[in-house]
Amino acid sequence: MEYYPQLVSLIILIPSIGAFINLFWGARIGEKWVGTVATVASALSFVIAVLLYVYLEGSGYEAVVINPPIFDGWIQIPAGEVVIPWQQRVDTLSSTMMLIITGIGTLIHVYSMSYMHGDARYHRYFAYLNMFLAFMLVLVTGNNFVMMFVGWEGVGLCSFLLIGFWFDKAHGAGWRNSMAARKAMLLNRIGDFGVVMSVLIMFWTFGTTDYFRPAEIVNVHLAEENAGVHSEDGAAAGEEAHKPGDGIILAQEGEGEGEAAEGEEAHGDDHSSAPAVVYTNNDHIPTEQLGVFGQAERFLDEGRDITIGPITMPFTTWLTIMTLFLVLGVAGKSAQIPLFTWLPDAMAGPTPASALIHAATMVTAGVYIMVRSNVLFYYAPLTSFIVAMIGALTALVAGFIALGQWDIKRVLAYSTVSQLGFMVASVGIGAYAPAIFHLVTHAFFKALLFLGSGSVIHAMEHGHHHVHAHKHGQDDEHGEHHDDHHDEHEEAFDPQDMRNMGGLRRRMPITFITYLIATLALAGIFPFAGFWSKDEILADSWVAGFENNNLAGYIVFAILLIAAAFTAFYMWRQIVLVFFGRPRTEAAEHAPESARMMTIPLVILAFFSVFVGFMNTPSYVLGLDNIFGAHLFTDRLEYSVSKAHVGEFNLLIALGATALALGAMFLAHNIYRRASIIEARRDPLELLPSTAPFWSIANARMYWDAFYERVFGRPFTRIAHFLSEVVDWRFLHDYVHDSVIWKGFNAAAQGLSKPVDLGVIDGAVNGVGRLFRWLSGQMRQIQTGYVRTYALSLLVGVVLVILVILLPLLQRG
Amino acid sequence: MVVQTESFVMLSIVLFVLGAMGVLLRRNAILVFMSVELMLNAANLALVAFARHWGNETGSLFVFFVITVAAAEVAVGLALIVAIFRSKRSINIDELHEMKG
Repeated sequence: MEYYPQLVSLIILIPSIGAFINLFWGARIGEKWVGTVATVASALSFVIAVLLYVYLEGSGYEAVVINPPIFDGWIQIPAGEVVIPWQQRVDTLSSTMMLIITGIGTLIHVYSMSYMHGDARYHRYFAYLNMFLAFMLVLVTGNNFVMMFVGWEGVGLCSFLLIGFWFDKAHGAGWRNSMAARKAMLLNRIGDFGVVMSVLIMFWTFGTTDYFRPAEIVNVHLAEENAGVHSEDGAAAGEEAHKPGDGIILAQEGEGEGEAAEGEEAHGDDHSSAPAVVYTNNDHIPTEQLGVFGQAERFLDEGRDITIGPITMPFTTWLTIMTLFLVLGVAGKSAQIPLFTWLPDAMAGPTPASALIHAATMVTAGVYIMVRSNVLFYYAPLTSFIVAMIGALTALVAGFIALGQWDIKRVLAYSTVSQLGFMVASVGIGAYAPAIFHLVTHAFFKALLFLGSGSVIHAMEHGHHHVHAHKHGQDDEHGEHHDDHHDEHEEAFDPQDMRNMGGLRRRMPITFITYLIATLALAGIFPFAGFWSKDEILADSWVAGFENNNLAGYIVFAILLIAAAFTAFYMWRQIVLVFFGRPRTEAAEHAPESARMMTIPLVILAFFSVFVGFMNTPSYVLGLDNIFGAHLFTDRLEYSVSKAHVGEFNLLIALGATALALGAMFLAHNIYRRASIIEARRDPLELLPSTAPFWSIANARMYWDAFYERVFGRPFTRIAHFLSEVVDWRFLHDYVHDSVIWKGFNAAAQGLSKPVDLGVIDGAVNGVGRLFRWLSGQMRQIQTGYVRTYALSLLVGVVLVILVILLPLLQRG
Repeated sequence: MVVQTESFVMLSIVLFVLGAMGVLLRRNAILVFMSVELMLNAANLALVAFARHWGNETGSLFVFFVITVAAAEVAVGLALIVAIFRSKRSINIDELHEMKG
């Protein structure tokens, strides 16, 4: 079991290999094998994630840092003393993320095998999915910000590729899809600029980007507490969570190897030569050997000034700047105000990809990295306040916009933005554990909602083709229309428009029930998963506001409460529009239940959407903590998130929030039950004079996209037009190229060609030629062709030779 | 009566010069050819004369070789002349100046 952590390099390698196979051989090996390869790769990753978790469970949750053999000293610049190791970190936080990514990822792979059936680029889709898994796992397992950034960009790329996956759809839809992909790419670039700046400042400040060095103890407070408990021995009875591997024992010889910091006593005993030293804090490590977070705390204690280039500022100022830049990146990746507008458009991609990337995993990378850097945010109150405001505002705005949307996926997209706002706001008020808790529960029920909506869309398309086949031509075999559901047969009919649906609960019972469960979970109804996580965020913001008198706490609490009510309202509106009432189109009337490959993942996710919340039940609630244990999740998370704390349960808030949600759902049910208005393709709120203006604002997405279009898009286009038309075409092309360069070149060429080329060079060459022609003409004269001439010359020659021979003899004689 | 070696050499020279003049001045190929033979025989005469003068028979022996080679040369030469006559209908060597540069 002590070798389990070494598997963490495989967790990246396996999906990479899967992607590689499908990318290069996918077109040849056929759909069945493509799907199998990708799904098996994903499932193997999940198995590894489980093994890693089992290891953590067995070793007392202490973090392990692994140096894979090949990549040691991955980026090394000796002159600048830059060493970025390819280190991977297995701790409770990364393990949580790994389980979510690979677990939900595998289910979505299975679902996609059926959903994407018959697509022309089937193998490419699965290659992208596997590639996404690999990059996402790099992101969460990396032990430094540079590795995190590699994964960050990689998932961004996969997101881009999958949003624009159907770039060649007919009737302009393909163009819209690729524009959506470009929008996502561009807005993320703005955010990535923030991440790069943040990492650079971090590097200049600390000289490293490692989160923690291998021998470091993450949660000093916890380590001290555990060591204390351990010495008292018997007193540990109540501390169930801390039972295995109390105290932090470092075998000294193991320190440099990166596999230290394993808290197993048995392990320490093995090294009998070196006496085990028990450290409960990091005081023995010099500051420059600590990771980013350890150094930050030291710097704060010392009140250091940091000089970067010509600027010298107190460390706290730099801390604020670097965290603010990081928040810009988070706003891009996790779709927060002001960069959130890409996520709703990102729904252009295949629905399972939306579920995995744009709901469950990639968009939560921002929350992950903020929680990972919780030490930095903890000591940067200004940044935390801004984060809280951004999160709360995003939750509210996105929730409000979701009220006025007709597209089933768009509602879910805005809902995702809103829920991400919850998580970000939670980080902002210092509730790091609830943020991750909500991330986990949200991953399950939002993936379920997306897969459910995919099932609905799939069914609507089938229903539409069914009707179509019956109407147009008895000669046409309607069977063949079933397979190519992504064909070019798009007409005015929109299978994602909720106005075209209705009454699907009888047609698609499994989808309906799972969708209902996810909706209740999202709305925060007891005892579904969302209830526990959302309640923890609300309770923590209450504590931050009303007990610790933190301004952000008040605001976040108030805004999130409203946003939660919105959530319940728009989700129930969706349920009513899609599943209740009478079918409003023939397509909805003939929509079939999806294949088993699609419904099984739905059922599994539904199971988790119900029960996953129990892993972090607060104490003293209906005796649930006796069954499931209290705060198990937070307890484990504290080993990797040092500023995490166990939240208080507040019965009043829980009851209030639930009542609010139920009220909103009841209201939505009453409003949207009247089918006649929706049959006229209008929203009841649109017709009420008191709510009409609000509804139209929500329907227009608060003019947020239009605003960006006007403020950034159009001036940008105008500047681009100016640059291309005036600067590039008229100035550079017409003037510089044609007038200056072309004419100047011509003049120079003319000047050179006559005297130099024709005169000197041609003269020399021709002169030599002429010389030899003349010479040869002269020489030719010798050849007369008369035998007599040759005979004479022969004779003369012979005489000459004889003379030459005889002359010396004659002289001597 | 003993003929002096000088006389032989003188005769040889005369014959050789006659031959050479013939080669240079005649136009008829046959005559040029005969002049060549004359030169060869002038050389033979010189060889034999010197052989006699020195009492060394090598020179005489060499003459046989020259005669043999000359015979072979005649065979080739006449064949060439016949071939030229066939194509040119003339054996005037001044007409054979295609090699003029």
